[in-house]
Amino acid sequence: MGRTLFDKVWESHLVPREEGGPKLLYVDLHLVHEVTSPQAFEGLRVAGRRVRRPDLTLATMDHNVVTGDDTPMDELSAQQLEALRRNCEEFDVPLYATGSGREGIVHVIGPELGITQPGMTIVCGDSHTSTHGAFGALAFGIGTSEVEHVLATQTLQQNKPRSMRIRFEGELPPDSTAKDVVLAAIGRLGVDGGVGYVIEYAGPVIERLSMEGRLTICNMSIEAGARAGMIAPDETTFAYLEGRPGAPKGDAWDQALERWRALPTDDDAVFDEELVIDVSELGSQVTWGTNPGMVVAIDGVVPDPAAMEDADERAAAERALVYMALEAGTPIREIEVGRVFIGSCTNSRIEDLRAAAAVARGHHVHPSVRAMVVPGSAKVKQQAEAEGLDQIFVDAGFEWRRAGCSMCLGMNPDILLPGERCASTSNRNFEGRQGAGGRTHLVSPAVAAATAIAGHFADARELVPA
Amino acid sequence: MKAFRKVTAHAVALDRPDVDTDQIIPKQFLKRIERSGFGEFLFFDWRKDPAFELNQPAAKGARILIAGRNFGCGSSREHAPWALEDYGFDAVIAPSFGDIFRQNSLKIGLLPVQLAPEQVKELMARADSGEEITVDLEARTAGGFTFELDDHARECLLEGLDDIALTLRDEPALTAYESAHAAPISTVALA
Repeated sequence: MGRTLFDKVWESHLVPREEGGPKLLYVDLHLVHEVTSPQAFEGLRVAGRRVRRPDLTLATMDHNVVTGDDTPMDELSAQQLEALRRNCEEFDVPLYATGSGREGIVHVIGPELGITQPGMTIVCGDSHTSTHGAFGALAFGIGTSEVEHVLATQTLQQNKPRSMRIRFEGELPPDSTAKDVVLAAIGRLGVDGGVGYVIEYAGPVIERLSMEGRLTICNMSIEAGARAGMIAPDETTFAYLEGRPGAPKGDAWDQALERWRALPTDDDAVFDEELVIDVSELGSQVTWGTNPGMVVAIDGVVPDPAAMEDADERAAAERALVYMALEAGTPIREIEVGRVFIGSCTNSRIEDLRAAAAVARGHHVHPSVRAMVVPGSAKVKQQAEAEGLDQIFVDAGFEWRRAGCSMCLGMNPDILLPGERCASTSNRNFEGRQGAGGRTHLVSPAVAAATAIAGHFADARELVPA
Repeated sequence: MKAFRKVTAHAVALDRPDVDTDQIIPKQFLKRIERSGFGEFLFFDWRKDPAFELNQPAAKGARILIAGRNFGCGSSREHAPWALEDYGFDAVIAPSFGDIFRQNSLKIGLLPVQLAPEQVKELMARADSGEEITVDLEARTAGGFTFELDDHARECLLEGLDDIALTLRDEPALTAYESAHAAPISTVALA
């Protein structure tokens, strides 16, 4: 029987055990950041252990980083960053610190450096590690105990997840984006529909997507509960990788290509679960509730909980509408926002910024809106500035900030105040995610930019030409 | 890791689905560099509501949490199980769990017990009536219902084993793997 992409990567990383017990999966790249690592390094110190493979480990600073000059870093954040610096020094782990010019969101810099490659296993103490699956890698988030286990052994004890394939069929409408595709998929699956699965995204819609779009899709796999998301590597993948600092060169490149071309799922492979989604009619998506599965098209209305059959779902929707201060039946386009955030590991890459800038060009942010653009890495920032995108944003009244996780999770000064409503290109609209009492609506970069200008949910078509 | 064998205690029901780790422990408490002291911040925002389940007099001293489906979804923060454990919980019973939360819990000795939705509802009712619930890992039962847990995870929990030490016992296997597989990248060469 044929094997899936996931099977191939999984099987090639199993360490044959003498001692029995669960499978041991070898890790090719371990990414580390300040928030989920300090207790793991402390564990190593207490047990007198070392980092087994510093050469397969890379640390950066992203969650707590201050992205503007308006507010200084709080003391605890500074201590956490200092702990990372000390730990990396003590254990010889390469660190891309703030100000090095190579720092950025951990899931942006891996692909950018060319160290996220097809067929690899990649882990990080961060649930959005699924992002890296866009290259045909098996990549997933782990907790701090497992971070310590990987630091000490370069392996993880794992039971094999089940497999699911979602095929996206049809022609994506011109104004719809990868973000809309993945939000719609989560809406279909529900926030627990992927629990226990590794999802492979496939079909013509995926094949036509850029690497940035594929990264956005795999990034949000965890929002459907999935362990990981993967996309088969193809010419788009190889073209993106070629010439990047961490990519193989010369003969090694040719050998890598040969290996990578053997990775896609065999025709006769069988998945535990299969789903087909037609995107021909898919419009821009906007979340209305307090999890990413609570999503409708921008032309739709806030749903009525009374119409929901499942009692748990109805109760959750009622709770969500109270938290979000929304009435059932309200057209999405009539909902006004006070904040807009363009950034995060979901949508802060150069293509995302280009899409937002194309909408913003020649317009101005609505007087009642504060809008921020936060590039995903120092390199993305540099490139955007070289293309003049920063000037377009600044001229249009957006704040142009330094790289970091910023307002995706509010561990730094970029937060919502209680009651503030935000159109955000990030990945989670949980209660208080962007700041206690804040109300988050997830959207694509283009919709975020149009919403900033209109002052209510809007897409580019709705904007009056400047 | 703390060992877990058996607990008989009051339980508190939190009957809502998709409780995410941002609710269990909000981000402003993730900046500590220690493993302890998270319990006082458990469900920080929800606990401001006097009607919240954990604020009820009957919830005092509860050592078992009974929750809705997909408990612990979202962020990978191990601070979530740390907070539950530090607050005084030994086990969480739910129809399903977020994968990473479940794994994190097993690693620290907080037992995640998965039961059928109707069994969970029944235990919630029994907990609400003041009945003590017994979770017995050796017998793999909770409130009389049988639950599944793989043998290795069970063994580690029962004995409180250090799984890094277990893996390192296989050092020859690790070395053999490493000599047979060239690393695809080097972060040190990049730096």
